[in-house]
Formats: sequence, C-alpha cells, structure tokens
Amino acid sequence: MDLSFTPEERAFRDEARRFFRTEIPQAIRDKVAEGRHLSREDIVTSQRIMNARGWAVPHWPREWGGQDWSPIQTYFYQDEMQLASVPSPLPFNVSMVGPVIATFGNDAQKRAFLPQIANLDIWFCQGFSEPGSGSDLASLRTTAKRDGDHYVVNGQKTWTTLAQYADWIFCLVRTDMAAKKQEGISFLLIDMKSPGITVRPIQTIDGGREVNEVFLDEVRVPVANLVGQENKGWDYAKFLLGNERTGIARVGTSKERIRRIKQLAALELVGDTPLIEDAHFREKLAAVEVELKALELTQLRVVANERKLAKGKPDPASSILKIKGSEIQQATTELLMDVVGPYVTAYREEREEGWNEPPVGPDYAATAAPTYFNWRKISIYGGSNEIQRNIIAKAILGL
Amino acid sequence: MDFDLNDEQRLLKDSVDKLIATEYEFERRKRHAAEPDGWSRALWAKYADLGLLGLPFAEADGGFGGGPVETMIVLESFGRGLVLEPYFATVVLGGGLVRHGASAAQRAALVPRIADGSRLLAFAWMERQSRYNPADVKATARRDGGSWILNGEKSLVLHGDVADTILVTARISGDQRDRAGIGVFIVDASAPGVQRRGYPTQDGLRSAEITLADVRVDATDTLGEPGDALALVDRVTDEAIAGLCAESIGVMAAMHEITVEYLKTRQQFGRPIGDFQALQHRAVDMFVALEQARSMAIFATMMAGEADPAERRRAIAAAKVQIGRSGRKVGEEAIQLHGGIGMTMEYKVGHYFKRMTMIDRRFGDADLHLATLARMGGLFG
Repeated sequence: MDLSFTPEERAFRDEARRFFRTEIPQAIRDKVAEGRHLSREDIVTSQRIMNARGWAVPHWPREWGGQDWSPIQTYFYQDEMQLASVPSPLPFNVSMVGPVIATFGNDAQKRAFLPQIANLDIWFCQGFSEPGSGSDLASLRTTAKRDGDHYVVNGQKTWTTLAQYADWIFCLVRTDMAAKKQEGISFLLIDMKSPGITVRPIQTIDGGREVNEVFLDEVRVPVANLVGQENKGWDYAKFLLGNERTGIARVGTSKERIRRIKQLAALELVGDTPLIEDAHFREKLAAVEVELKALELTQLRVVANERKLAKGKPDPASSILKIKGSEIQQATTELLMDVVGPYVTAYREEREEGWNEPPVGPDYAATAAPTYFNWRKISIYGGSNEIQRNIIAKAILGL
Repeated sequence: MDFDLNDEQRLLKDSVDKLIATEYEFERRKRHAAEPDGWSRALWAKYADLGLLGLPFAEADGGFGGGPVETMIVLESFGRGLVLEPYFATVVLGGGLVRHGASAAQRAALVPRIADGSRLLAFAWMERQSRYNPADVKATARRDGGSWILNGEKSLVLHGDVADTILVTARISGDQRDRAGIGVFIVDASAPGVQRRGYPTQDGLRSAEITLADVRVDATDTLGEPGDALALVDRVTDEAIAGLCAESIGVMAAMHEITVEYLKTRQQFGRPIGDFQALQHRAVDMFVALEQARSMAIFATMMAGEADPAERRRAIAAAKVQIGRSGRKVGEEAIQLHGGIGMTMEYKVGHYFKRMTMIDRRFGDADLHLATLARMGGLFG
C-alpha cells in the first residue's frame, strides 16, 4: 500500500499541467473559472488544440487516436484539465457517440465519423431523453419505421444539451413496437439539417439556454446511419452510460472552485474582517474539503481497481463517485454564493455576445447564483442520484 | 500508487481476521467481557504468540518491524470484533510513546515485555479540566535529587485499571495550558502513592481515575524531553487517531453488513423489508459514508508517519472529521433500519454503535478537528 506516484506518473502530471495552462487560451479558461458561458467557438478551439496533440480522445482505441494510458495517466489528464479550468472535450462526441461508433460501428462509419468527432469538425448532441422517458429511459416512444433504405423517424427528444450548435444527433429510437421495451430500440445517427427537425430552446432556471427540445417529424434517415444491429441499441446505450467511470466525480473542478472561494472570501469584508477569517465560514468550507479529499481517494481506489476489471465493464462503485461528486460540486456552488453575499441577487441575462454595461457589485458576483441554480442539474443528469442509489443497492448490496 | 496489501500483510490480515472471527463471535465476546478484567488474558497470550503485541516495534528492540499499515490491518479487524483487550492502550498508545520517546535502555527493558504480553501499559494524559487538550496539565512533577515527585489527578485513563506501567503527563514548569514545560513519566502502577479506581466505559472497555500523591520515580524514568514532551504526545496521538480510524472502518463495515443482512431477512408486509426503496437508499447512503471514511482511514495511515507535524496534523484532523461524521451516520442508520431489535443489549448492532460513538470522543471529536483544520486553512489551494 503506497499513496505516492512513480516518477513517470509525476512527470506526466507536470506535462499535463504545463500543456493545459500554456496551450489553452487564458480567455477560455477564465470563462470556465468564472462560471461564464462558453461560445461554440471556445469549445471548438479548445478541443482542436487538444486533438492536435492527440489529447482529445485518449481513451479511444489506439488506431482512432487513443493513447493507451494507464488509469493513473487518465486520472491526471482529467484532474489537471479541471484544475486549469479547461473545458472538457465535448462529452457527447468523445465520451458518448465516439466510443459507441468505435466499438459497434462499421468501418465506413468509423472512417466517416471518428476523425471528425475527435476534432469537433462534427458536433454531436444526444437524443436520449423524451418528455415521458427520463429515468425510465427504455420507455422511449420516438419511432423509426423502415421505408426502403431509409428509416422514417417521428417523435420528440428533450433536454438536448447544445442542440443549437449541433451538426448531428445520436438518437435512441424504437424500431420494434412489439418487443419488450428494452429490446426494440436502435441507435441512429441523424443529420440535424434533415428536413423535419425542429429545435426549440428550453430556458433553465439560471436563465441559460443550453438545453433544447428536438422535434422529429417524418425525418428520413439512411439505413447506413444505423450503428450496430437493429434492436440492439439499448446495449449500446448502457455501454455509453457506463463508459465514463471516474471523470464524473470532477474532483479537479471542485478543487479549483474551492481555490476560487478562498480567493474571493479574502476579498469580501465583513465589517473590517475578510470573510475567510470567519471561523464559522472556514469550518463550513473545511467540511466540504474533507469530503472532497475523501472523494479524491475514493476515486483513486476506483481507478486502481479498474486495472483489475475487464475493459468496458462498469464498476458499480463509480456510482459513489457520481453521488458524492455531484453533492460536493453543488456544495461548492452554495459556498460561492455565500461568499458573494447580497450581490448574488442582481440578475444579468445571459448573452452570447457579452456585456458592455457595468456590473452591479463586484465583477465576480453575476455568475454566483446562476452557477448555483445551473448546478442543480448534476445530481439529475447522467442517471439521477436516486438511480445511482438503485444501482448500488442492486449491484453492490444485493438488495 | 497502490491500495493493495503485500503478501506478508495479506498473511497478517488473514490470520488476524480468522482469529477474531472465531474468538469474537458475539456470544464469545460476552464471555470475554464477563472475565475479571473485562477481557481475556488467554487471548492476550494468543496475540503475543501471533506477534501482534510486538508488531510495531523495531526488530532490533525485540519487535516485528511493522508500520502503520500493519497496525491498520490489526485494528480494522479488532474493530470488526469489538475486541476488548487493552491492545490500543498498551501497543498503540503506550507502545507509541515507547517507540518515539524511549532511550535504547528503556526500549530494551520495555519492548520485550510488551511483546511477550507480560507488561500492560496505559497513557494517562487527561485531567478533569482538559477536555481534548493534552497541553492542559495541572499534575505536577517536581525534581527531588535523583527523583521526580509526581502529584495530581488523571482521568479517563484507558485500561488504566489493569496497566502495569502508567505513562503520565505532568507539568514541570509553566502555566496550566502552556505547551512547554510538560514531561512524560514512567510510573509503576504499584508504586506508593498511586491510587486508581477502575470502571467500565459505554463501549464495554475499561478506564480508570488515577490519583498520584507524592509518587516518586527515578530521574531517568521519563520519555521524550522532560519539559518538552508535548511534541512526542502529539506524534503519538496522531498515530493513535490513525489507528482509531482503522478500527472505525471495521466497526462501520460490520454495522453495514449486519444491517444489509437484516434488510434481506426481516419480513414485513409479506416481503423482505430490503425490497422497499426508502430503506435501500438509506443502506446505500450508509455504504457511501463508509467508503468515504475508508478512504480517509487509508489517508490517515499513510500520513501517520509524516515528518512535518503540521502536515501530519492537518491530514489526521481531516480523517477524524470524516470518521466522526460517517460513523455517526452509519451508526444511527444501523439502529434505525433494525427497528426495535437494534435497541436491545442482547443484539450485536447496538454494541457497534456504542463503540463508534465513543471513538468520536477519543482524542477530539469531529467538531474539534474540523475547527483545527479550518484554522490551518483547510486541505486545498
């Protein structure tokens, strides 16, 4: 038992730190650190810099740009990326549809899509949830009926993040209406420019417009865009959802936010005394730090265990990372609001082109409340924390 | 980075786990508790035979050269069994003071006897007013020719009722709470002027109130630097807290297993109560709390030997916070999910709960360590 890292692992961490902090533009990293919204261009720029270095899709198969990293290297890659406030490569591309195509797609699909997905030449969004199918995803009702060498798709997807930027959407659709609900589902790639697709933004409680409804009305999709076998889509979806085992904890993001909380709490005065010197505040913060340190080690334990598991086999312990990771991230957004104090109340509508008007209160105030409101989503998406508890209850506790 | 035990450690774990599973089956534990000392002398001899009593001492001193990981293995297993013998008092606390504070001659005299089971130790640092502050010492040590004369009252001395040798903090100089001016003295329990009153603790162990009235010890019977021994006390305390964290993992894991098993077997409304999602999710939250605590117990073990006292204290404080908070959650939920049976003395889960609750009150509770950590600026950035 030894918690130290090898010289090679430490060298890799230093290399990652240097890369993320020197190669990714400061302006983009500042936006992430300050909780401001990124433009499409910011996300594309950042991912292309990573891809040029071979670091956009390190977990993919080697022939498609993967790096064959050890779990520790992957851990440092994510941690340093988050600590440097670098936006993650678009998860819909690199963690979701990419690995599905690489694993279950045919050669033509791999050649057509994988390089463009890695370089964000094609932007994918995710068409899984529907108005009536959230946690019970397999109850989805969007249909795809075969018509010659096309499927005709009808239905509605929702919570489609950044669909307004997307070139393509990967969709779960029902291809066999008679089968048991998990068994009649297929995985389709659909061009967002196809006639019959309408995107309608949903404004979330933070004021943002990152999620959308996507309506599909008689959309014709070439059969060539079916990934894998017809009616096997549920297996691919499970693979996709279990694919990211450890990144969901976002320990680096929380560490970075704690650094920022301490920095801002040193600026905010309560009377003549900086808030950071208030014993009660410090204890609230320290309590979150303890949980975060524990989570970091729990994550490393899951990472270490990954070496013993068959590749692609999800570790149900990663559900702990989702539950705790989201709780801690949410706790940091609460603390950030506590630091800012009364100036969290001033609302500034999100605008992609930015703002010229002077801020109300300190310039760091405007994003505190929206970040808090927005971050309520992380215990809901990716399998809600209650679904994660169901997974642990069944797979680990045997209940 | 490696969370696995090496082959020797695995062997140690297997043998201790096996011994405890047999000897500390719940009904047998009751028999150990009913013995005159409140624990089993026969088992103590077995621990000596297995090498557990000499485990953390250097081989040159007559020990087995084990480190914090070996101690963690033993204490986690002891936590699962709710072991009653004075291992923590003798080997971890007393042994820690000996390892870090004793001269070669003192080690030669003490370690072989600790290792063979013939000498029990206790650490008497607490006093009525001191709460969790080991620097708050009223007991006095006065030099008298070739001796020290000790006076004062020591409280809640774990296994002080049976100890052959009591290691006592006393003030040589300075004010009541000064960090400087404290010595650690080796006191023979049978020395004239030593009075002790033993009593049971909430968790089935034993403690003692000890009065020292003009107790004379030899000038050389000190550990660490007389007048500057608090650093020694802090170091041993931090190691001991890491040990308590390990023991807590055994306690919590047992509570969690017992509870999940109960959910699977207890029938109400015509089905196992574990079918109900409300209870499943609570069992999962216990599990998450346990795993977070386990991570911090590992962290504490790794940091127990850290040379920088501030970094060591920061890590140990953080671990004790997590253990205290997770322990309370796991314990209270274990009782609640059992319902009425969890409230009874005859059923095992309540005994784990009581042990866990008392561990939070040893060497500072979660609130105190959180305050310490907060004062030190936290863990990150």
